[in-house]
Parts: sequence; C-alpha cells; structure tokens
Amino acid sequence: MAALLGRFGRKLVSPGSSHGARRVSTTVCESETVKSLNLYSAINQALRIALETDPRSYVFGEDVGFGGVFRCTTGLAERFGKNRVFNTPLCEQGIVGFGIGLAAMGNRAIVEIQFADYIYPAFDQIVNEAAKFRYRSGNQFNCGGLTIRAPYGAVGHGGHYHSQSPEAFFCHVPGIKVVIPRSPQEAKGLLLSCIRDPNPVVFFEPKWLYRQAVEEVPEHDYMIPLSEAEVIREGNDITLVGWGAQLTIMEQACLDAEKEGISCELIDLKTLLPWDKETVEASVKKTGRLLISHEAPVTGGFGAEISATILERCFLKLEAPVSRVCGLDTPFPLVFEPFYMPTKNKILDAIKSTVNY
Amino acid sequence: MAIWFARSRNLVSSLRQNLGWSAILIKRDNSPRPVVFTTSTAFFGPVGSHRHESTAVEKQPDFVQQRDEEDALELDFPGGKVGYTSEMKFIPESPSRRIPCYRVLDENGRIIPDSDFIPVSEKVAVKMYEQMATLQVMDHIFYEAQRQGRISFYLTSVGEEAINIASAAALSPDDVVLPQYREPGVLLWRGFTLEEFANQCFGNKADYGKGRQMPIHYGSNRHNYFTVSSPIATQLPQAAGVGYSLKMEKKNACAVTFMGDGGTSEGDFHAGLNFAAVMEAPVVFICRNNGWAISTHISEQFRSDGIVVKGQAYGIRSIRVDGNDALAVYSAVRSAREMAVKEQRPVLIEAMTYRVGHHSTSDDSTKYRAADEIQYWKMSRNPVNRFRKWVEDNGWWSEEDESKLRSNTRKQLLQAIQAAEKWDKQPLTELFNDVYDVKPKNLEDQEVGLKALIEKQPQDYPPGFHV
Repeated sequence: MAALLGRFGRKLVSPGSSHGARRVSTTVCESETVKSLNLYSAINQALRIALETDPRSYVFGEDVGFGGVFRCTTGLAERFGKNRVFNTPLCEQGIVGFGIGLAAMGNRAIVEIQFADYIYPAFDQIVNEAAKFRYRSGNQFNCGGLTIRAPYGAVGHGGHYHSQSPEAFFCHVPGIKVVIPRSPQEAKGLLLSCIRDPNPVVFFEPKWLYRQAVEEVPEHDYMIPLSEAEVIREGNDITLVGWGAQLTIMEQACLDAEKEGISCELIDLKTLLPWDKETVEASVKKTGRLLISHEAPVTGGFGAEISATILERCFLKLEAPVSRVCGLDTPFPLVFEPFYMPTKNKILDAIKSTVNY
Repeated sequence: MAIWFARSRNLVSSLRQNLGWSAILIKRDNSPRPVVFTTSTAFFGPVGSHRHESTAVEKQPDFVQQRDEEDALELDFPGGKVGYTSEMKFIPESPSRRIPCYRVLDENGRIIPDSDFIPVSEKVAVKMYEQMATLQVMDHIFYEAQRQGRISFYLTSVGEEAINIASAAALSPDDVVLPQYREPGVLLWRGFTLEEFANQCFGNKADYGKGRQMPIHYGSNRHNYFTVSSPIATQLPQAAGVGYSLKMEKKNACAVTFMGDGGTSEGDFHAGLNFAAVMEAPVVFICRNNGWAISTHISEQFRSDGIVVKGQAYGIRSIRVDGNDALAVYSAVRSAREMAVKEQRPVLIEAMTYRVGHHSTSDDSTKYRAADEIQYWKMSRNPVNRFRKWVEDNGWWSEEDESKLRSNTRKQLLQAIQAAEKWDKQPLTELFNDVYDVKPKNLEDQEVGLKALIEKQPQDYPPGFHV
C-alpha cells in the first residue's frame, strides 16, 4: 500500500478503474490473458508487438539499445537485432530527420526522444518537415510511419529539464497527431494505434507513471482508437477534462467532491490533436460546467483551446466560466514543485467555486 | 640502443606482472614516469562494421605497448588505441595547402593529359549537353515569366548546369534524390517534362504538388525525387534515413542529397553526416559551393578550407571537384555512388562553382557583389560552353544542332507556359486534403464553413477555384 502512495498523498491506481460506470473502449475479450504490468512494461510490449508484426519497423534513439533510461526498450535489441533496434548519436534533429527519411521510404520509424524537454532541436523537422511532408508533395510522399515517443511531465524532482509538458506547442501544428495515455493498458493500445496510424504522431508518455502505475494489461495485440475521448467517470454537475498522469489527480478530486455532494464527469481526452470535440461538447451540454487541468503552464496551454471551443459550442448551456487548473507561468521549478503543480486540492477548490458560481 | 631496449622490455614485462594496474614507463632519459592506464576497450579492426562491437569495460587493463621506435607508444581509450606523444603540437586550423580540386577538362574544353576519368559515350555526352542547354533556356524563360508577373517566384541554376546534369547522369534512376532547391536539372534528366515544370510553377490543376507550394518546389515520386522544401538542410538527416532503408532492403541504390555552401552551416548538416557515417548508410552528399548564400559570401559562412575538409571530421570519404567541369562531376559522382552502394558508406562531394544568377527573383545580387564578377563567371567560366567545346571537338555537336535545340526548346517552353496558364486551377477541396491521410472532423467543419462564406461573399475570393 505504501508503495502505491505517490507524492502529495495520492493513491496511484489507474484512473477510471475504481468508481462509477466506465465505458470501456478497448476490445478486450474475456478469454484473452492479462498480465499485471507497469507503464514501461506495457510500452515495451507494444513496441515488441510492433516490431513483430511489421518487419520494416525500427526503434531507435539515445540509449535505446540497452533498454533505455526508462527501460521501455528492454530486450528489444536482443530479440530483433541491432539493425532494427539501435542507439543513435546524441542529436534530436538527427534522430527525427533520420526517422522521417526511413518513414518516407515506407518503414515504421518509432523514435525515442529521451525527455520531452529535449525535443526542441527536432521541432523544425517535426513542424516544417514531418507535418507537411504529405501535404506539400501533393500526397506523392508521406512520413506516416513516423512515431515519436517522449517521456513528459512532473516526476517529483525533475526541475526545469526533466519535467516539462510541451504538448501545446505540437497541438498547433496541422499534419501531426498528439497522443497522451493515462495508464499502462491505455498506453499499449494507443501506442500501437499511433505506430500504425498513417500520419506522423508525437506520443507523450507520463514518466511519473512508468513504474508507479500498475494495471492488468491484455497480452494480445490490441489498439485503442485515436481522436476518441473517453468518459472515464460519469457525473452530472461538472465536466472535467484532462490527459496523462493528471487524470489520477483529477479522479481523486472527483472522489472528494462526491463526498460533498458534487457529481463529477471525468473525460480522458487521449488524443489532443485532432481532439474529440463532440464528446466534450455532449458532456458539457449535460453538466453546464467545465474544468480543464494540465501540468503545463496555464497561458497558451492546451486548456485554452478546449475552453475556447466549448465556449463557442456550449455558451448558452454554461452555468459558470470554464475553469483551468494548470501549472503556473514559470519554468518548472525544483523546490517549488508542490506549489507549481495543479494539485488535487486546487482542483477541488475550483470544482466547488465553479459549482457555486 | 637495441640492447638497451631489450633489457628495458624485460624490465617492463616483469614490472607488469608484479604491479597490477600500473606500470612504470622507462624512457630513454631513464627518468621513470608513473603512468596510470584506463581499462581496455575493444579494439576496432581496420575492416568491417564497427557499429555493434561492445565497448564494455570487462577486460583486464591493457598496458602500454612498448615498441622499438621512440614515441610509438599507444594508449587505450574508448574508441580504440591512440598513439602517444610528448610533443605538444596543435593541429593547424587549416591544411598548409588547400585541398586540390579535381578536374578533367581545361577551360577550353580539352581533356587534361593523364586525367583520371570515366569515359562517357557520345549518346550520353550529347544528352548531357542538350540537357545543360535546356536547363539554361528553361531558367531564362521562367525567370522572364516571373518578371512579367505570370508566375509568382522563380530561382535559376545559372552557372550550375554541370553539377545539375552531370551528377544526374552519373546516378541510377533508382537512387533516391533529396534536393535542396537549386537542382531541377536532376529532375529534368530523369524525364520530368517542361510541361510538368510549368504546371508546378503555375500551381494549376495538373501540378502534382496540388498548388500548395511556391514555384520551383518540385517533387516526383515517379522519378525518385523528393519534394523540395524551403528550409535549408533539413533533407540531410532525412537522406541518412533513406540510405539506411535502402541498405536494409539490400537495394542496389543509394540516397543522393544536395545542399549549398550555406546549408553546411546548419545543424542538420552535422546531424546528417554524422548519422550517415554512424549508421553506415549509402548516401552521397553533394555540396554545391557556389560562393554565395543569398548575399552572404563564403568568407562569412565558415573559416574552414571549404566543405571537403569537414568530411573527415565525420569519418566520411570526401572529394573536392570542379563543379563547372561536367566530366569531372560525372566521374566523381559516379565513383562516389559506387563506393556508397558497394561499401555501404556515405561519401561527401564538394563541387566548386559560382552562382551566376541572383539568389531568386526576390533578389538583386548587384547590390552586394560586383557586376563584373558576375560577368566574368558568366562568360569566361561558363560550364555549358566548356562542355560544348569538348562535345564539338569530338564531332558530336554542331552549330546547327545548337540553334535547333535552343529554338525548339524555347518554343516548347513558351507553349508549356501558355498551356499551364490556361489549365484549370486546383479544386478548393485540395486546400483541405492531405493534411492527414483522411480528413479529420475539424477540417470537414472548416471546409463547410468556408464554402458557405464563399457563397456569401464571392468577391473576397479569387475566381476559378471549383468548389
């Protein structure tokens, strides 16, 4: 039990698994075997399946060969050979550029950026090349086989350069997809969808959950659809939208709110670009209230896009302004992390003020 | 001396056995110097792929190998054995002599005696010449079309016709080309028609790029020519990935990628060459060193002896070639291509040349360089004239052929332009297609919204885009 308690006293059980009706969008057959896996093992399984099912798929990045700094690629080089699973020089623009070239030749290039904090040298290749590769060529060429994986988010002690959530930068780029899983089971299915999706995808993995989140994960090859948000907890008074590790915190806030008689609906967006507006819209039309929470700084964060869209679509149904409980507008601090973070109690406070508006 | 060394060798070997990780090095002056050694690493053999050899630190420490020659001492570091010297000497910032430039034809189009070169047949030589001349005519006419406002933009390859055509002639059609933007001659050689060039420049309905990019951003999957993109040098690491794919598929083909002198300053140049070298990918990197990056002369671009010297920094075999000598370019590219494919390694070619034209139609280069410098290169160092002399000297080309080619090509181009202008525009739906493989919901909504707006305010929008 103690092992499950993470920072800030939260219990790390996969969100959506304990309370309320849960619409399961995965195709898990009763007869299939499951195994208790953490996030990095689930990702490892997805990568293994990807490499098994497509002989023209490759996994590479810094330190990928020995298993990776987060062990996501353990055993893959031994199993599939160093020609398919390999280390690259320390150069993110090279890693992504090389991946684009491989993908343009019809291969699946599953690229690892060691920390999302270091993805920026590759930003030009991602935005100016990968995102526009199909469009600018009139569909003569594409790099749809490219998937970029990067660990993101707070880890308790990461500071400026091991904690960032850069998803908002990428959500502004037509031509790529941005996907963020909340749990091991979700991660495996979503990652396989990303790898097989014929578009370049950026897949941010919540590093905090690599070891902390443990879940029963089906062992077979399954995919979870992209651009489909999931209502992981049903409610009537307020809609909460989030992604990745933040959902765990939000779910705790929902449990606490319920004790005070507030019924919360919690949505996992999963795909941020292109995002499922319809599911969020339907929910807000029911509840009349919206709260978005993400670790990334509030200004210009993806919460702003969700807020603006829902305002356009649900204005007359809204009982209160859209609330955003996000990181502060500072670089991600070290000793001040507990103050910076959108904590359970910040969310709970915001739920209550929204409901009592 | 030999006796002394023999004795000292015995001394050293007995010390080795007794002292464990350290040994005392005895030099000729007899002053013992304690030396600490790092643990050994795998020794990289002179041949074969080094990529997957372990550099694991498991072995016993290796000791300094003492040889008969003074200072022929080696140390083990990760990365292999390295010689040892007590002389503190800095490698000079530039070689004492600039790396020489490989050329075959002199300025009068005569083969320099005893040149190494790969002969070209009459058929190939004539085609090369015709294409160089065609490229000249094409550049001239499209440039004028832009000046007349018929196309929005153009950039010429004047002065670089030999690089364009001779490199293309030296490749196989299966080699995958990733251009910068001043290499339309490669596409021309491969069979892209004047009509196809014109269609892209006009962005009409027949443009394979569907009107999405500025003129000269050609691309053709049929011709293994990746679509041009404006950002500089982004194609270089992509070429490494393309080469690696060809290597894994065991194809008899390589990636060939072009850049200018300016492009070598970009981080992607470093990334591309380093990756190609480490991955042992068959890539030919061709740098058109034409002296100018828009208004920036190469003296403001780098302090090295050009680009050829950078190859060795990455472990890449390199050559400097006279880019205005079609035969030299042909031989160099052909050889580089064979090396790349047979040995599965990258090769770097620096082709020296001069950008006779302005950077583009948005540039007036007389603002930053002397008009007579431009004139000199245009008239006295013209690669097309030079090659023409050689082809004519062989009896393979005449004045009559020349005027026929020029007037026919000119006529063809004018017709192509007129036809391209008349073509329908791309349908509006192509604005929204191909952002993803399948149009997502947000784009479907935006398309519906835009159509409604166009119907309400048609005067806000240019005509001819079928909805």
